[in-house]
Parts: sequence; structure tokens; C-alpha cells
Amino acid sequence: MSHSKLAGIFNKDEKKVDWHDKALWFVRHKRDLSVHQVKGWEELRNLGHGIKAHTLSHLDVYLEQFEANALKNGVQVHWAANGDEHNQIVHSILKADNAKKVVKSKSMLTEECHLNPFLEANDIEVIDTDLGERIVQLAKEKPSHIVLPAIHKNKLEVDELFQEHLGTEPCDGDPQYLTGEARKHLREKFIHADAAITGVNFAIAENGGFVVCTNEGNADMGAHLAPIHIACMGVEKIIPKQEHLGVFLRLLARSATGQPITTYSSHFRKPGKGVKMHIVIVDNGRSKQLSRPDFRASLHCIRCGACMNTCPIYRRSGGHSYDATIPGPIGSILSPGKDLTKYSTLPFASTLCGSCSDVCPVKIDIHTQLYKWRQIIGKETPQPFIKKKSMAAMGKIFSKPSLYGKVGAVARWALRTLPKSLINAWPNIWGKTRDLPVGPKKSFDQWYKERENNKKTDQK
Amino acid sequence: MKVGLFIPCYINQLYPQVGKATLELLEKLKVEVVYPSGQTCCGQPMANSGFENESEGACINFVNNFKDFDYIVTPSGSCAYHVKKHYNIIQQTDDVIKVRKNVYELCDFILNVLKIKNLGASFPYKVGVHKSCHGLRGLRLGSSSELVIEPYSYIEELLKEVEGIELMPLDRSDECCGFGGTFAVTEDVVSAKMGKDKIQDHLRNGVEVITATDVSCLMHLEGLITRNKQPLQVRHIAEILNSTI
Ligand code: SF4
Repeated sequence: MSHSKLAGIFNKDEKKVDWHDKALWFVRHKRDLSVHQVKGWEELRNLGHGIKAHTLSHLDVYLEQFEANALKNGVQVHWAANGDEHNQIVHSILKADNAKKVVKSKSMLTEECHLNPFLEANDIEVIDTDLGERIVQLAKEKPSHIVLPAIHKNKLEVDELFQEHLGTEPCDGDPQYLTGEARKHLREKFIHADAAITGVNFAIAENGGFVVCTNEGNADMGAHLAPIHIACMGVEKIIPKQEHLGVFLRLLARSATGQPITTYSSHFRKPGKGVKMHIVIVDNGRSKQLSRPDFRASLHCIRCGACMNTCPIYRRSGGHSYDATIPGPIGSILSPGKDLTKYSTLPFASTLCGSCSDVCPVKIDIHTQLYKWRQIIGKETPQPFIKKKSMAAMGKIFSKPSLYGKVGAVARWALRTLPKSLINAWPNIWGKTRDLPVGPKKSFDQWYKERENNKKTDQK
Repeated sequence: MKVGLFIPCYINQLYPQVGKATLELLEKLKVEVVYPSGQTCCGQPMANSGFENESEGACINFVNNFKDFDYIVTPSGSCAYHVKKHYNIIQQTDDVIKVRKNVYELCDFILNVLKIKNLGASFPYKVGVHKSCHGLRGLRLGSSSELVIEPYSYIEELLKEVEGIELMPLDRSDECCGFGGTFAVTEDVVSAKMGKDKIQDHLRNGVEVITATDVSCLMHLEGLITRNKQPLQVRHIAEILNSTI
């Protein structure tokens, strides 16, 4: 379904839209307060952008350096060309040790590869341990935001969901009680887990270490208790040096939630005693995106979610309206690279207001890329006949001044003369919610010409 | 200094009063203004819809009409931005480069080229400024709320000099109004919701007149205001700066 259709469905409940909009605007506001305390914020953004651009242009070198160092550290490294390979690798690691119960901290990559259903089909229990992700998992939904996966759900819905799945008492959505119960439930899962899967926020080439950021400590709980730790990362997560963390950790936390630092920035390097540590490095379309100069910078993304919080469309259409793993502005420039036809409406789910590009901590020119995807979609995907024809007609009218004058006069006449009811009822989507301006008698053009003529006669 | 006036297609056809105000204002400031009669549209509607190639004729027509002027001034941030940013699709002749460099949004031109601030206008109303996105984040007519830089706003600098005007601060200083060209039609539900929310922000803050550098945003907002019979008016910034009430 197109973005606009799904957005229309979300907008059936205006109160919910208002609540969703305000909740996310609040996060954007917190981000503003927090970044305005950093004097060199724009300089940090430049650095973040520069480091990412440099790394991506030497991606092979840094990935191999990372692999060599990780191996030295006693970590096993696996390479996956696509989602299927990734899932199979993870499964084979688990199978080798007969691991049946898995706890997983947040990882958009495993969402992208559809790891959970794959493991479940192989008789392995996967529990998402990030509270928001656990909520959507229980509801059998997808995350609607990359940092706040359950932002589309209010506390009353969570209350009901927990009653059904965790056997909690009705509590009128008391957040303290609900998180307390979730904590109990998850502790059980942590204690009995055979393996922990985590994502990776940053992988450091020079020492083979990696960093996982969470606010709930759930990645640590999983990785420190289970005998197997599998960390899954996209190739673009690599950074050259440890010291670069000083740039990215600051950018990430402030942009994501307005915190000066994420509560847990956990550094992993070597497996503990008796623990096996694996890293799965995944391409899944990323090198293809890297090969497109106009869209390369989309791989800079550090998944802070700020472009979603700021996007006036995202806030009013909900994450599910994008029908993609990564929603919002960044999702709209990543998804068409995966399936142009399926995601052809996403680059149009924007007014090109540019707020996403200004908020992005690594300065991805998101709105420019949206515009560029539009051009590709216009050329390469089947377009409605009417749209194609009207664009060609417009092109002609605007390149011929004489034609343009005539068409304009007819339109003005119609707006001025025809009854409002008729104008607004005409297959006119504009008129569903908005009136059209009253057509003036004269265009500016006519008025100007008359004025010039009068001037000439005056002079005579 | 010879200035060519560009009046965007929808202003020409639907809001001629904005074109008149722009012309009168520039003439008041003793600028030699000419309105080339062969002009049509900058090409933006096709380009933003994904049909950049269909807009080439419009781009060439634009350049042909304006290549002989020192400056091109237009009461639209969006069109000026389009010429500057997206006229890379036609061959970059000297004329094209010159036109792209010298095209200015009206306020930008008055403040930064003419270097005039006080235009002798008066407008005794409570005014809310809608910072149209292409002007704000494209032409950088002001600092956007996302960036950590010294705050500035060309529009407000000019409006502050208008006698009797009261500028009302908004809760969300620069959120998009939801027009977005064909977005207003292809994503009509979200577009209308954005506009409605924007209008509420102005109403909550006691605004009587909404102004902007772009008529397109105002047309969208006015359409909603008229339909919902709300106590608000819209005026293009040229109309306020040219006003002596
Ligand atoms: S594109 Fe930029 S703002 Fe959006 S999630 Fe990625 S890093 Fe954050």
C-alpha cells in the first residue's frame, strides 16, 4: 500500500495523531536543548560527516583491519552477503552449541534480515529485551521507530498487552508497575538464556572492539550472562579509531534523546572466560548503495532517529505508514535502493522541508536524496498515465509563453465564475479540505501590460 | 542596476496583488525594474514530482528571459531556491551560471543587496511569521531551529521596522505548513493535518495575520482557514512591506 494510503488510515484517529506528534516533538525539543549546550556542535557534525565519508571510501581496508584485530582478540568473525546468509550463520552458531533460548538487544539489522521468524521456525526462542521491542514483539507488530520502537502505543495499550501475555494486574497504564513487571519477566529470560545477540553501534578497526549503546543495560545483561555472544553489524558500522568514539557517542546520544551520553555505552573486545564471541558482518545491499554516488552518504547514518522525530510527516503518519524496516526520512532514502517499485511512494512522503538534513548529526543531505530518488522513480517505475501526461503538458505550457497566458486565463475564469460547490466537487483532492483562492479578473501579467500601455499613452 | 522581476506562475494567475506589491515596493526603493513578458514558471512543479526532464523547457525559457539583468528578484523563496539549486539539469552556459547566481528572494534582495531595512511601511496588526522551508533551509534567509548558530532572520529584521506591527512568537518556530507542491494533493491527509496544526499554533499565540515569503504556503493555509471559517488572514510579506495603513 502507498504511504499516503497508510497515512490516511493512521489519521482516522486524530487524537492519536496529535498525541504521537507531541510525544515525538517533545523528543526533538529535548534534543534542541541538549545540542544547544554544546558550543562546537556544528563542528562535531562536520567531523562526524568527514569521518564517515573517509571510512566509507576505504571500507574494504577498515573492515579487513577490523577482522584481523577481532580474530587476534579471540573473536570469531563471519561475513554475510545478504539477510539469508546472516540468518543461517546465526542459526549455525546456535545449533553448534544446541542453544535454544536466545535474548536479543536492539538491532535494526536483525529486523532487516527477519532473523526472529527464521530462528522461531527453527525451534529457537528469541526474546527481544529492549522494553519497546518486547512490547511490539508481544503485540506481533514491527517497530515503528528505530529508537522508540513502541512509540505508536500508549500506556493503556501496553497495560492490556501485559495483562494478556505476562499476566499482570490491570493498572490503568501505571508505567512504574508495568516496567517493574517487564523487568521481572525479562530477568527470568536473561538468567536462562543460552545465547545473547546484540547489535553494534560502532566497530573499531584499529583494535577490533565494538560498542553497543542502550539505555536499559539489556545488551550487557544478555551478553554477560549467556555463554555465547553474537554481535551482528552492517558493514557501515565501522569507524577507524577508538578516539572517533568521542565524536560519535556525543552526536548519537544528544540527537537521539537529548541525553549527554547514552546510559550504557558498553565496550566489548575479548570474550570472557568460557564465553564464545562471534561477530557477523553483513552487506545486504549496502555495497550496492555505496556504489551510487548520489546516495552513498545515506550509509553515514548512526541510527539516532532524530530525522524521524523532526519530520512533520513522520510525526503525523506514524512509522508503520512507511511499511519498511527503517521508517521516516532516512528509511525513505534507503528503501528505494532495495526495491524501487515497492518503495516508490516513500520519497514523495515529504515536503522537502529540509528539517531532516539540518537535524542529522552526520549531515546526510536527506532531502536532496529524496529529490534525486524522485527523478529516478519518475523515469524507471511505471507512473500513472495521467501523471505522466500532465507533467509533459505542463512542461510544454511553461516552455511556451503564449500557450501559458491562454491556459491561465481559462483557469482564473473557472475559479471566479463557477460555483464553489462545483469547483470543490470536481475530482479535486485539494478541495476536500481546502478552499481554492477566488480567481482574480486579471493576471499580474495583464495588469502590468495595461499599466505599461497607459504609461505610453500618458507620455504621448 | 537593472532588475528583472520574476512573478511565479501561481502568483501571476491567482494572487496578482502580491506581484503588484512587489513591483511597487521595488519602484518605491528607486530600483529600475522590468517585468519580462515571456516568463512562465521556474519548472519546480514538474521537477519536484520526479519529472525534472519535462521542466527543461521552462528552465531555458526562464534563463532566456532573465539573462540580461544584473539581478532577478522574485517574491518567492521557493522559486529562487529552485533556480539556484536545481538548474544544474541544463547546460551550464555563462548565462545560466549568471542567472543562478543573481536570482534573489525579495527580502534577501532588499536587505542584503540594497542594504535597506526601514521601508517606511506601517501595518498595525499582530503578525505571525511563517518561515517557508525553501527560503529558510534552502536559501538560509534565517537560522533554522535545528542548527546551533547565531540566530538571525532577514524577514523579521525587515518586519521589525514596520510601524505598528506586533510580531507574535510561535510554539514551533519553523515547522513546515504541509504545502509541499504536489505533496498537497498526493498526501492530502497529512498535508491538511500539518496545515491545521500550523494554523492552531498561530491562533494560540494571538496572531491576526500570517505572513510568509511564499504564496504557495499561504494559499494552502488560506484554503484551510476559509474552509474552517477561522479568524485569521494571510498576507504575503511584500504586501505588508508595501503597506501604509
Ligand atoms: S539519517 Fe541522520 S538523523 Fe536520521 S537516523 Fe540517521 S543519523 Fe540520525
